[in-house]
Amino acid sequence: MSLTLEDPRVIEFDVRTDEMLVNMGPQHPSTHGVLRLLLRTDGEIIHEITPHIGYLHRCAEKIGENLATPQWVPYTDRMDYLAGMNMNLGMALAVEKLIGMEVPEKAMTIRVLVAELGRIASHLVGMGAYGLDLGTFSPFLYAFREREIILDLFEELCGARLTYSYFTIGGATHDLPDIIPIPPGLAALTKRNKNMKLTWLEAVEMFLNWLEPRIQEYHTLLTRNQIFIKRTAGLGILTKELAISHGCTGPVLRGSGVDFDLRRDGEPIYTRYYAGYDFDVISAPFEDAPREVVLGDNWCRFYVRMLEVVQAIKLVRQAMAKYPKSQGTYRVPYKMSAKLPVDEAYLETECPRGAMGFYIVGNDKAEPFRARAKSSCFCNLSVTAPLCEGFLLADIPAIVGSLDVVMGEIDR
Amino acid sequence: MIAEDLHKLLITEFGESAITGSNFTAKDPWIEVATVAIVDVARFLKHDERTQFDHLNDLTGVDYFEPDAKKVAKFNHQPHVEVVYHLTSYALRHRITIKVKVPRWKDEATKTIPEVPSVTSIWAIADWHERECYDLVGVNFTDHPNLRRILCPEDWEGHPLRKDYDMPLEYHGVRGK
Repeated sequence: MSLTLEDPRVIEFDVRTDEMLVNMGPQHPSTHGVLRLLLRTDGEIIHEITPHIGYLHRCAEKIGENLATPQWVPYTDRMDYLAGMNMNLGMALAVEKLIGMEVPEKAMTIRVLVAELGRIASHLVGMGAYGLDLGTFSPFLYAFREREIILDLFEELCGARLTYSYFTIGGATHDLPDIIPIPPGLAALTKRNKNMKLTWLEAVEMFLNWLEPRIQEYHTLLTRNQIFIKRTAGLGILTKELAISHGCTGPVLRGSGVDFDLRRDGEPIYTRYYAGYDFDVISAPFEDAPREVVLGDNWCRFYVRMLEVVQAIKLVRQAMAKYPKSQGTYRVPYKMSAKLPVDEAYLETECPRGAMGFYIVGNDKAEPFRARAKSSCFCNLSVTAPLCEGFLLADIPAIVGSLDVVMGEIDR
Repeated sequence: MIAEDLHKLLITEFGESAITGSNFTAKDPWIEVATVAIVDVARFLKHDERTQFDHLNDLTGVDYFEPDAKKVAKFNHQPHVEVVYHLTSYALRHRITIKVKVPRWKDEATKTIPEVPSVTSIWAIADWHERECYDLVGVNFTDHPNLRRILCPEDWEGHPLRKDYDMPLEYHGVRGK
């Protein structure tokens, strides 16, 4: 039926609105840090979106050129501050690749165990913050309740709660602790005596036993929630071609249907850590997805993260079983003054947010000649413009949130 | 495909004048490509079915220069700037590093930064990576659609990852050193 002048809807076509420039950020709460989006909108429709980054630029690469490689490790966990462990690991591995160092089995087991715990913590924040972007507050509280216990465990491990600097060149700074007081959060949740002492591994086991059944609750709360599905499914569709061309990695890439995970498909120096572990690489499409879901949309990216938590739990359990049998020490010594060879190495590792690359150029000095951190979020954020243009203003938090960016890593 | 075979393939396709060097003993084997040929080589690497490098992992620049005159004798490299492309193929699961070497300055007297053709038309992510490389290392990517600074403020002067970069004493009333 064509519209006639009498039809009240015709006014929609008659009244023209002006284009408007809207600044979103850099302090907007749903931009996950200091991201500024400059929008050209026509009413509620976005015609153009330009991300402006760099508000958190701390010259990490320039600093890296003036420090010995173990000294640069603390700067890496301040890049992606939600997954410091994984960042430390990526940096340490890149240097080990450059100098041709092999770490003992025990250090490898510790690295897998702790890095996967870090992945759980990071994805929990990703889940909680995404719920917050979409206007639901409670998943955020649940996510932080769980993450708190991981942070307590990490505190027992290395003394820090956020910026760990735990992995260093040659292994880890400490072995896993033996007897620890039970983390207060864990004691409260599992109704144990808060003065209880147990081994660190027992505490991890207790935490995983507690977390595993809760994942189903998050699915009820968010993943299968009709409001959540309406806000995410079929929106922000990132095609496989666009994702690859824009260099997207991690859950963003796998949400678009590319079955690629560096833990399985990366370079041998990294994949040998995961050799012998049984885990699945999660990638879209999903058979159990609601019917509104399209391959590569917000919901797929979110669901990849949720399922990766389950896989990470599986990996942590295997690493815990392997740890007592592992040979060797937790660290091989690496001298701060050891000179890097005149060579260069680029290595990507699978961080929770994607493939984080470190490129180290040595030049016969302890300090790298060039220390480069290639950020995964940097690439993931670059798809904002093609994803958001033509959509509604209110969909921006849903789309940008689903990319799960951390500005500290983008700006370095 | 291993680096040696890839090098042979590129030589037969583009000739010795375009493929100017290689190093297969490095940790990441690399192939050096002439500046003028980089766009053609990149297009070939992405689209040819034997290579299929559809993923640009990283694009960055390295400034090979020793600012301290006393240490120049011990410096292992001739002064130059390198643009480094790390490539992966999702289909064939192989990797390669491509390098383009340019002089540090296009014009030494006026400190004009060197030019490298942009590969934005081949990998969309090169847009942001090249902006960052321009911003921090100081390489002018010709034919780039939007070559602006990305991490530093727009009115920043100089390119911080140059080895002879001097930190400014003052920026809009904020003291530097």
